[in-house]
Amino acid sequence: MDIKVKKISDFLWEIPKTSGMLVPGRIYADSVGIDALVMELKEKKHSGLTPALMQVANVATLPGIEKASLAMADIHPGYGFAIGGVAAFDMNYGVISVAGVGFDINCGVRVLTTPLDKKDVEPKKAQLAEMLFRDVPSGVGSTGEIKLSEHEIDELLINGSAFIIERGYGTKDDLEYTEEHGCVKGANPHAVSHRAKERQYRQVGTLGSGNHYLEVQWVEEIYDEKAATAFGLEKDQILIAIHCGSRALGHQIGTDYLKVLEEASRRYNIPIRDKELVCAPIKSAEGIRYLGAVNCGINSAFANRQVISHLARGVFARVFGISTSKIRLLYDVAHNTCKVETHNIDNVTKEVLVHRKGATRAFGPGRIEIPAKYRAVGQPLLVGGTMGTASYILCGTEKGMEETFGSTVHGAGRAMSRIASKKRWSGAEVIKSLEAKGILIRSGSRSGVAEEAPGAYKDVDKVVEIMHAAGINRKVARLRPLVCVKG
Amino acid sequence: MPYSYIEHTADIGIRAVGKTLEEAFEAGAEAMLSIMFELKTINEAKSVKITATAPEIDLLFVEVLNEILSIQGRDMLALIRLERVKIKKTASGFAFTGYALGEPLDLKKHEVKTEVKGATYSGLRYSLSDSGHQLECILDV
Repeated sequence: MDIKVKKISDFLWEIPKTSGMLVPGRIYADSVGIDALVMELKEKKHSGLTPALMQVANVATLPGIEKASLAMADIHPGYGFAIGGVAAFDMNYGVISVAGVGFDINCGVRVLTTPLDKKDVEPKKAQLAEMLFRDVPSGVGSTGEIKLSEHEIDELLINGSAFIIERGYGTKDDLEYTEEHGCVKGANPHAVSHRAKERQYRQVGTLGSGNHYLEVQWVEEIYDEKAATAFGLEKDQILIAIHCGSRALGHQIGTDYLKVLEEASRRYNIPIRDKELVCAPIKSAEGIRYLGAVNCGINSAFANRQVISHLARGVFARVFGISTSKIRLLYDVAHNTCKVETHNIDNVTKEVLVHRKGATRAFGPGRIEIPAKYRAVGQPLLVGGTMGTASYILCGTEKGMEETFGSTVHGAGRAMSRIASKKRWSGAEVIKSLEAKGILIRSGSRSGVAEEAPGAYKDVDKVVEIMHAAGINRKVARLRPLVCVKG
Repeated sequence: MPYSYIEHTADIGIRAVGKTLEEAFEAGAEAMLSIMFELKTINEAKSVKITATAPEIDLLFVEVLNEILSIQGRDMLALIRLERVKIKKTASGFAFTGYALGEPLDLKKHEVKTEVKGATYSGLRYSLSDSGHQLECILDV
């Protein structure tokens, strides 16, 4: 397939519909970003690896896709879907895809606000870092304090955060400020293998590794006073950010259904251009089962972040002598999901299955799904940066609802491979240079820190600016890290 | 071991080669385990049986890698490599049996690196040439 890119505006580019594509591809990028993607396309043509633009075009060939195969400004090559990829499918004619969700189902970010400011935390930063690293399990092979039976796992998969809160890990208020109230409907534990559940028995409340983290951040700048007030944010305020997902349960669901949907793709004769894009009709037996399993993964990840929040609140209460009730959940967003949502497409309101692979739901003002307190300004969006740069809080817009099925970026997006990153920096070097900037890193894996070096990522400021300039979301606040616990 | 890594922006690709198909699978498993663990910190004290089936050789490679990850995670093991690998042609495709060597995971003793979430069908390739069997795939990390 020959791919050409056409400019729509300074921050939006299109891959026009060519043979096999049912809709165009649309990519949010500036001219430098799109040039880099076009260059990648040329360089990788014969390498066997699929460039990101090709992945956007491949997704556009899947049956029942609506409007466009989208990529947010943090786009980089994923597997099957590009990371930053968004695609919505008609419920009757469309498909459900493992690659559109990923192995780490509902990998996501939550942010908690504290009554502390930067001055309060600076003197106790080292103690705080040590205690967070000790109390929040992280890294390969880490286990949590909660041990569940298979029956209890099933309840957790159905009820998500509420199951954990009933056991004392947080308050009912936390549910109001979690996407989907911490529980999507339609979770089917029978669609999740025994193996997946076995792998989860000891992993509830663990961060995992790779790009997952728990960060203590401070509000460096506020761009939108009205939205910041609604979200409860002030300059210099200390926040807690948690980035993790559904752990081994999600990984195993992905693994199990890759095989199921590979067989389904053959059975239903679905034309796919990349093996990883295996899929099934949404309403086929396989599609229904997979969606039931994905919903379990989504709920499990909400519960996981809820437990970690509880552990972090406990540490803050002990270090600073404040009540855990003063540490409020601002919001919790999911990155790797497919969800049934209602959208207006060509002036018709209809249900579609929206896949977001490394992309955040970003609903505009007025949507019923947004907590009442934030509804007038739009959904809070929590964009994670790197250990050394910045994270952002944004809010959703009406234009985002029209153009991207209410979706936006999830992070900075990688620019350099993990191997190249390790060749360029050592973990010890990264830790030392960040310490010199006042950022403390705690991690069980030096090589993991090297892989996650800030320089291996795109410029988060630029990525956020593109989406802001394109009108898909509005900047609310910029956050800087003080402490980072890495998996 | 005859394996190498393929640069990939978000994840890590592996390329495994072997004179026989079995050797290529062994190399692939070690390539993956070496991303997760510092292998020299692990003893070969225990072996666990790994089985998998698939309609094609490339799909079998993904199945085997995912089965290793799955058993490693379920039984909390630190694994080094595969041995006694046999791959047979069956009526519906291919069947794999082999044994993964290692010991129970001990975070005080074993140096852990990065978690592999799964082996994907992305960049998945199998080829046979005069130099032997070659398998490639992208791992989600």
